[in-house]
Amino acid sequence: MSAVHVAGVSKIFNQGTPKQVDALVDVNLTVEPGEFVSLIGPSGCGKSTLLRLIANLLEPTTGEVTVNGKTAAQSRLDQDYGMAFQQAGLFDWRSVAKNIELPLELKGWDTEKRAARAKEMLELVKLPEFADLMPWQLSGGMQQRIAIARALAAHPPLLLMDEPFGALDEMTREYMQGELLRICAETKTTVVFVTHSIPEAVYLSNRVVVMSPRPGRITEVINVNLGENRSEDTRAADNFFAGITAVREALRGTHADHANAGAIRGVEDR
Amino acid sequence: MTFVNRLRNFGVPFVFGVAFLAFWEGAVKFFNLKPYFLAPPSKILSQFFDNASRIWDAASVSGMNALVGLIAGTVFGVAMSFILSRFRFLNSLITPLAIALNAVPIFVLVAVLNNMYSITSEIPRRIMVSLVVYFIVLVNVAKGLTQVKTTHLEIMRSYAASDIQILRKVRVPNAVPYLFTALKISAPAAVITSFVSEYFGGSQNGLGSRITSNIANSKNAAAWAYVLGACLLGLVFYLVSVVLENVASRGSGATNTSTK
Amino acid sequence: MSIALVAVLWELYKIVGPEKGGKLFGIAILPRSNDTAMPHIWEMLSRYAEPEMRSPNSKLIWFVVLKGAFYSFRLAFVGFVIGSTIGVALAALMTRFKTIERGLLPYLVISQTVPLIALAPLVVSWGGKLEIFGFTWPRWLSASVLGAFLAFFPIAVGTLRGLKSAPAASLELMDSYAASWKQTLFKLRFPAAIPYMVPAFKLGASGAVIGVVVAEISTGLKGGIGRLIIEYARQATGDPAKVFTAVFGAAGLGLAMAGLVALADVLLMRNRPKETTT
Repeated sequence: MSAVHVAGVSKIFNQGTPKQVDALVDVNLTVEPGEFVSLIGPSGCGKSTLLRLIANLLEPTTGEVTVNGKTAAQSRLDQDYGMAFQQAGLFDWRSVAKNIELPLELKGWDTEKRAARAKEMLELVKLPEFADLMPWQLSGGMQQRIAIARALAAHPPLLLMDEPFGALDEMTREYMQGELLRICAETKTTVVFVTHSIPEAVYLSNRVVVMSPRPGRITEVINVNLGENRSEDTRAADNFFAGITAVREALRGTHADHANAGAIRGVEDR
Repeated sequence: MTFVNRLRNFGVPFVFGVAFLAFWEGAVKFFNLKPYFLAPPSKILSQFFDNASRIWDAASVSGMNALVGLIAGTVFGVAMSFILSRFRFLNSLITPLAIALNAVPIFVLVAVLNNMYSITSEIPRRIMVSLVVYFIVLVNVAKGLTQVKTTHLEIMRSYAASDIQILRKVRVPNAVPYLFTALKISAPAAVITSFVSEYFGGSQNGLGSRITSNIANSKNAAAWAYVLGACLLGLVFYLVSVVLENVASRGSGATNTSTK
Repeated sequence: MSIALVAVLWELYKIVGPEKGGKLFGIAILPRSNDTAMPHIWEMLSRYAEPEMRSPNSKLIWFVVLKGAFYSFRLAFVGFVIGSTIGVALAALMTRFKTIERGLLPYLVISQTVPLIALAPLVVSWGGKLEIFGFTWPRWLSASVLGAFLAFFPIAVGTLRGLKSAPAASLELMDSYAASWKQTLFKLRFPAAIPYMVPAFKLGASGAVIGVVVAEISTGLKGGIGRLIIEYARQATGDPAKVFTAVFGAAGLGLAMAGLVALADVLLMRNRPKETTT
């Protein structure tokens, strides 16, 4: 059973009016459990829309979205996924620990269980001493780690992320990427990750889904084969740069150079 | 804004208003409410037109008090705020006083003021209105004169501009929107204060006294008509201040965030 | 310190100003500065320690004024509670149902520019005459109702703004948790609204005080500070310092209500980031 299955999905805003926007047209995508898949593309290509369709924050105009074998709507009600945005979106008036407990509160967990789980998540993101501090006392990177802890608090099988590191500086960003990979490996979470950054997409993912706008659609899906154990050294590796080139060229609308076949196991057309 | 949107934004409150009036009228008739409790809108309206000229007279008296006080309070408030911006130590003295006075029903001072003048004078009320307006204008305009963007000040200082030049070229333009915010608050406040002052005795020519006397004579519908007149007066003052604000800001091209 | 400034100015004027009042540009604008019209500051303060009336068993004035102020305070408090409850509830309703917001908000905003105080005598006239289901409307309730009425409008408008101020991303987050509207209201919207509600409550508190005091003076409601002011003002020719005692009492009342709100402000905003003001 795939983690996410998107079949023949379109999303059209303001259909029939002069302001019609074809955000997504005939999109098909399957994400296997445990995979890390990035969505990348210029503004207006529909990547954030696709993410929100998976999250059931939007309804598709046509087609079907299946998450964890259920409809997207049921998955949301069952809390089968956690979400993280570019703005950490922590509640100013709650302590760090209470922020992490939020989804658990909504599900009706009792106080002790919540506190224990929050503690566990804080250990996972390596910020255990910050439990009683307020969000505005933390740096941007730390706030994002708390946001990730919150997203994973209910141990969902799927993590949806919309440019979560976009507001961070480059050094923090690279550190967070490493942390994210570590956390997902530990929790065996499937991840769908939206980003603007080519190196980020290549560093993090098993597959990079390249999209383009007007109308929003998937143009290519690129397999990235950097292996399971990625580290800071991976960033200097040849196949890392090859992967980046492949994605960049796909974004420009040309096909990848097959000369680097050792790094890339073929390019799938949509 | 699309036509449908505009229709909705106007239409819905309109419908609510009409429904409310209809309910009011119906409730009075249906529950046979006594006139001393609630008069039906129809009667209020007819009383309004019957007494129109008297309402106008009373409104002019209250309105004149409000206007004189508004102008005087604004003038003194602006003048004082210039002084405060120049002598910052005064600022820390006076501003907390002004803010504390916000919470206090200072219109009770009218009772005191009435003693200081002859019984037929309108001066106590005008002074009261001026006082109320003065503090509002003072706090706001002082804020406008002092809270200037640091980058602006740094630029001026790099031009070796004198204090007066900074005042004219940076502080005053910065303070203009604050002045109009103060006006929008003070205009209704002036009308209200002018009213409330009338309850303390003294000359009996204004709207407030008329309302009380009508009630004392059990002419409730007439009293409501005077209330309507009062509301219209307040509305007029507010609208004038909004118009003034728009006229002034058209020249400057500054973007004002005005809450509707 | 600023109060000292006012006191100094007052005494200065007494020294400088004309005894019988003066004419400025032909208008009788300068007030009389003799001791009857403008008592000395120290007279005003000492008056507190003296008995209220010349009769042998009347209480000390500060006690009377305090009692009056406390009476009015209770009325204002009741009015404030009623007004804020209805205001907050209405704001929540308006957040839920956009139609209600569209229909009512213009009236709420306009009502802040209109002198609702004009209704004071009307509301007060219901006292003692109105009977609903065998419940006779007590006179003091009119004062509270008027206070509630004046408090309600700024509180409703401010709370609505606050409830709507929740960031869109946080609302999406709550959606992704399949949170109910009520859960979102209490866990997100209300906490986000607090910074907007506090200034609205301050306005509401002063509105409640104004409403109560005005209601008292337009009827002479027994027991309140408004009535004391009117009474003492009438006696001012014989006893000039007296009215000031009541005036200060009213000022104290206003400050007390504002103090309550400020206290709530401190308690509720403890954990929030401090706003930096230039």
